Amino acid sequence: MVMESFLQTLIAGLLLGGLYALIGIGMTLIMGVMKIINLAHGELMMVGMYVAFWMFTLIGVDPYLSVFIASPVLFFLGIFIQKYLINPVLKVDSILPENQVILTVGVGMVLANLATIFFKSDYRATPVSYGTSAWYLSDYWKTAPIELSLSVPWTVSFVFAVAITLALWFFLSKTDSGKSIRATAQDLDAALLMGVNVKLMRVVTFGLGSALVGAAGCLFIPIYYLYPSLGGQFTLIAFVITILGGLGSTIGAIIGGLILGIFESMTATYIGMGWAPVGRFLIFVAALIFLPGGVASLLKKKRVGK
Amino acid sequence: MKKYFPLIVLALLAILPMIGLSSYMLHMIVLVIMWSAVGMAWNLLAGYCGQVSFGHAAYFGVGAYTSGILYYQFKLSPWWGVPLSIVVVIIFSFLLGFIVLRLRGPFFGLATLAMGEVMRVSAENMNWLTGGNLGILIQERTWVNKTYYYYIILAIAAATFFIVKYLVESKLGYYFVAIREDQDAAESLGIDTTWYKTIALCISGALTGIAGAFYTNYMGYIDPHVVFALHDVSIVTIMIVMVGGVATFWGPFVGAIIMVFLAELVRSIPGLGVAHQTFFGVLLIVIIIFLPNGIVGDFQKLKRLLKFGGAFK
Repeated sequence: MVMESFLQTLIAGLLLGGLYALIGIGMTLIMGVMKIINLAHGELMMVGMYVAFWMFTLIGVDPYLSVFIASPVLFFLGIFIQKYLINPVLKVDSILPENQVILTVGVGMVLANLATIFFKSDYRATPVSYGTSAWYLSDYWKTAPIELSLSVPWTVSFVFAVAITLALWFFLSKTDSGKSIRATAQDLDAALLMGVNVKLMRVVTFGLGSALVGAAGCLFIPIYYLYPSLGGQFTLIAFVITILGGLGSTIGAIIGGLILGIFESMTATYIGMGWAPVGRFLIFVAALIFLPGGVASLLKKKRVGK
Repeated sequence: MKKYFPLIVLALLAILPMIGLSSYMLHMIVLVIMWSAVGMAWNLLAGYCGQVSFGHAAYFGVGAYTSGILYYQFKLSPWWGVPLSIVVVIIFSFLLGFIVLRLRGPFFGLATLAMGEVMRVSAENMNWLTGGNLGILIQERTWVNKTYYYYIILAIAAATFFIVKYLVESKLGYYFVAIREDQDAAESLGIDTTWYKTIALCISGALTGIAGAFYTNYMGYIDPHVVFALHDVSIVTIMIVMVGGVATFWGPFVGAIIMVFLAELVRSIPGLGVAHQTFFGVLLIVIIIFLPNGIVGDFQKLKRLLKFGGAFK
């Protein structure tokens, strides 16, 4: 019985972690290239979720298919934000260098408030037909000593998240544009000298990060409910993952996402539902104190050690 | 003349309630003074010491709950919370500083933001101490007349103003600015940056906490979503200083006047009321792009811009 609930919690955490990883990768990409923190990240996800929600409600498009609609929409929204709001701020002189971060707070406020005005602050969800179905272990293995279940929408979302992550990995490591983005993240000046269009790469990266989090929004909507102010909490999640994984590290973000998902799921089961956010921040503080470079620094150390 | 300017403003503010303001108007002014006090406290840490905090709600809320818990658990007058909050918040800031001051720049900002949220969630869940989501209701109001509250918050804000001014003009202030401008250079010149940042954090936190404790007494009701609010406390504080002017003595005051009255104005316009956050978001974006040092900080630039516009009339 103890074992069963533990395994079930672990599975739930793993599935959640996969989705978290996708949110975190978007943020870590932007942070790596731009060196700024995008505090409107969760709000961008909220926009993606609304796109999926309206596609489902108005013309009945399955939320998973909306990934292909929401991502381009968010891509262009991200490009717009970067080009017309963040780039001008990079040029002005000010006492506080954190102006860009505060700017993204303003962007987030506008997005959340516009959503409230246009869509009301009701809780919404997409009642998909497979919403509550699950696969049970006993259906496949009659004599199983323990009973485990696997929710269908959670699993499908997880598979989608993995697929998108793999596609991103392919893009970043095999294509020219992807390599340029990574070069810009590693050393801006060197990339500039090698003929990389750094300005363009910044814009594209912001768009890409937004598109990723928009896709994550589509994957979240079959299993989560939607309301305009949900962004803030996901911004924080993305940030915790980024710190946990190491700044600008994609693999770190994946591992960080999984750790966070499992940890949150464990806190919710064994301590109490309301404390899950505190668990999130405990892990964050622990990472800051004991592992300031994140998981990425551990990976790097191992590689050097060889 | 310039030396006495703060005293003149203070004297003018002191006689303000005597011209017979309505209770509603006085309430607005109390809020202006309270927010300018919080803004000044934030300005000390962020504007002068360069540590941009996104979580001042944590100190505000801890101060407010110090008062609230004294009343709720110990049946003492919540006014005792005002002096006690200084001690509590300084201890709290000291512990918090140990964690968050390891970080720099935006990471410090986000760590403080996370801390504000941790405090909110903790206050929601620690029912035995804080009453959880139900909040704390102060059943006996000390005064019905708002004038008394006005003078108390005016005294607190004036004290905050002079403390910040004194600190910034002292040796400590130069250390703070040195840390803001270049932390590594400051460190290499023998400034113990971590220690001075901790001092800035503790003072800034304590000043914010007093305002929070006043808030409990003034409003008579607090709950975790109100006093630990991310947007309505932490971000509003940042906006007040950004609009008014970062690293200026009068910026927070000017910013608070603009923000409180603007918020009230926008909310009262039918149809536009729900959009007040959009309005503020756009205002914040415009200020950051065109007046990055705020109205007071970029006053010369603003004057020039207005003159330039006037030439075309």
